[in-house]
Amino acid sequence: MPGIEITGLRFSFGGPAVLKGVDLRVDQGSLVTIFGPNGTGKTTLLKILAGLLRPSKGTVFIAGVDATRAPNSLRRLIGMISHQPYLYPQLTGRENLEFYARLYGLKDPRAKAGRMLEELKMTAAAESEVGTYSRGMQQRLAVARALLHDPRVLLLDEPFTGLDPQGREQLSGLLHGLRDGERTVIMTTHDLDEGLDLSDRVAILARGKVALDLPAAGLDHAAFRALYRETLGT
Amino acid sequence: MSTALRQAWTIARKDLRCELRAASGIITMVLLGFLVVLVFSFSLDPGTRDSALARSGVLWAAFLFPGLIAVGRSFEGEKEVQCLEGLLLCPVERTVIYLGKLISSAILALASGFLVLIFFTVLYNVGIGLPWLALLGVIVLVALGLSAVGTLSAAITVSVRARGALLTIIVLPLLVPLLIAAARCSVSLLGQDPWGGLSFWPIMMVAFDVIFLAVGVAIFDFVVE
Amino acid sequence: MEPSRQRSLGGWRDYGRGKWGLPAIAPTPGLGALAALAMIFATIAALWWAPTEKTMGDVQRLFYFHMPSAWIALGPAFTCVFGFSIAYLAKRSLKWDRYAAAAAEIGVIFTTITLITGPLWAKPVWGVYWTWEPRLTTTLILWFIYVGYLLLRWVAPPGHKRARLVAVYGIVGWIDVPIVFLAIWLWRTVHPRLLGSGGFNIDPAMLRVLLLCLGAFTLLFLYLLFVRVRMMETSARLDALTAAHEEGEGR
Repeated sequence: MPGIEITGLRFSFGGPAVLKGVDLRVDQGSLVTIFGPNGTGKTTLLKILAGLLRPSKGTVFIAGVDATRAPNSLRRLIGMISHQPYLYPQLTGRENLEFYARLYGLKDPRAKAGRMLEELKMTAAAESEVGTYSRGMQQRLAVARALLHDPRVLLLDEPFTGLDPQGREQLSGLLHGLRDGERTVIMTTHDLDEGLDLSDRVAILARGKVALDLPAAGLDHAAFRALYRETLGT
Repeated sequence: MSTALRQAWTIARKDLRCELRAASGIITMVLLGFLVVLVFSFSLDPGTRDSALARSGVLWAAFLFPGLIAVGRSFEGEKEVQCLEGLLLCPVERTVIYLGKLISSAILALASGFLVLIFFTVLYNVGIGLPWLALLGVIVLVALGLSAVGTLSAAITVSVRARGALLTIIVLPLLVPLLIAAARCSVSLLGQDPWGGLSFWPIMMVAFDVIFLAVGVAIFDFVVE
Repeated sequence: MEPSRQRSLGGWRDYGRGKWGLPAIAPTPGLGALAALAMIFATIAALWWAPTEKTMGDVQRLFYFHMPSAWIALGPAFTCVFGFSIAYLAKRSLKWDRYAAAAAEIGVIFTTITLITGPLWAKPVWGVYWTWEPRLTTTLILWFIYVGYLLLRWVAPPGHKRARLVAVYGIVGWIDVPIVFLAIWLWRTVHPRLLGSGGFNIDPAMLRVLLLCLGAFTLLFLYLLFVRVRMMETSARLDALTAAHEEGEGR
């Protein structure tokens, strides 16, 4: 079953290990949310999946391909939304999207960028420089950038951070809309309420390992909160 | 292959567009070059006939300062907005990123070098003719070599604190052969016998550029892993 | 993610006892003893046994330290940096990074000795501190390149990222050095030189002393290399233990 398989993943920046043997299986088409306090290595895990970091040990397979080799074929399939919007402030929204569209080798980058802007209702602001955008707009454009090449695997690093309630609603709606049975989504957050409703499975990353990993169905917020506290030993 | 070149050009174009939009970068570079020419002139006697040696020195100093800034900015720009990761996420060969940034910083160094040369020509009453064009050619070769070595070094130092001065310290010793060759050429071209003193120095510059382009292409992957 | 803190390692006593009751910092005491003996012999040979040079006098004895230093710096030390850098990029073990760093440090020391003894020797003999002699000038450029290497290492937080970046620089630097030498040589031969540079016929007795010094310096280099690497390993282990301890205590 193609999807994401992580086995025995270890990673260290040169000092003590951040990830100490992570095992996780994500079925294709599912949405998994990884919870955990700050500093446990959630971002590091996503970066390894995206091919930005090389693990010290362990294997990562995405759709059957070894992700630690980070081949370009895999990069085409992965979209990532991180803390940084990866947008150039001196360029306009449209120019930013066209730039990335070209790098991804998309046919007719200009049209693709235009369509993306329409879908996210950003056509009005498209000709202004991104440096003038509000945080919410930057986040929206960042999402546009991540979805430009229609990625089969979406990695979201604490995507709800800094969004106002309206922004959160929009993002939730967007994520709902992206579920098409084939697109795999992995999301990380340290906020327990976010995304619990969106997820198929939830996992908790603590002390460098996946401490808990179970289906989200039937978990209400209170129960999950208790489970979280228990797992972390607080 | 053509995808690689197209991607490299896309990156170069993006860099140049960003630099032009935030024009302060280019303007400071060019002004710096002018000021170096001006300030060094006080140590010289501009009227003297055989000051080709001294004038050469001024020219290269005035070229290098802006050139080093140009080279540093290609990665500093990314780092400031934390976009390097965004680039690395794309299905782009790391070497292509190197080439793209090499092209953009070479063009910037060349543009500011050209303006500095004009300023220099006016201030020192240099005759415009074939030797002058040859001098421009030398500047092109130096810009290429500077970019080849500098882009690689900028990528190294950008991941580390204290980027600006450290980049200069790292790049200049490596550029010594290129600078010796360039200086020898300019001394000859600015002097009495323009073509006589050139001998093999242009070949050395071309060889340097080729070698370090190859080294950069081969080794850049390791820098941005 | 905090970079590991560098700890100073205290005095000799902190190392505990190793082989033969010597401080455990000495990883290869046999080599150490040999190197020490060789250096003593070499010094005696250079200062006493070697015949006095006809024209230059006793000052020429500096040459017995100058030349081997230059050789160690240009040759083994920086080629080691190159080799160990490649080894790191291939094997990704921090051990190679430490060896490269140690080789660079020792190389810079020997280069500095070369650059100091050079002018010290040149002034009484030729009347000038500096001739733009290709070998000496290349040594000067070399000094800058490898000081740059050490600066990079100093400024970057320790770990694999630093090792990687610095390895790339170590490789590029080494490739550059022959080109630098060629450029300077071409420059100096095309132009009339200030003076004839250090070419003098070498007496067999002097040659013997020179070779002895070369050998002694090489042994010294190797010994210093191993000691320095051992220091770095110990420092790294100490950092790891400290970090683990702090983690265990929940900070």
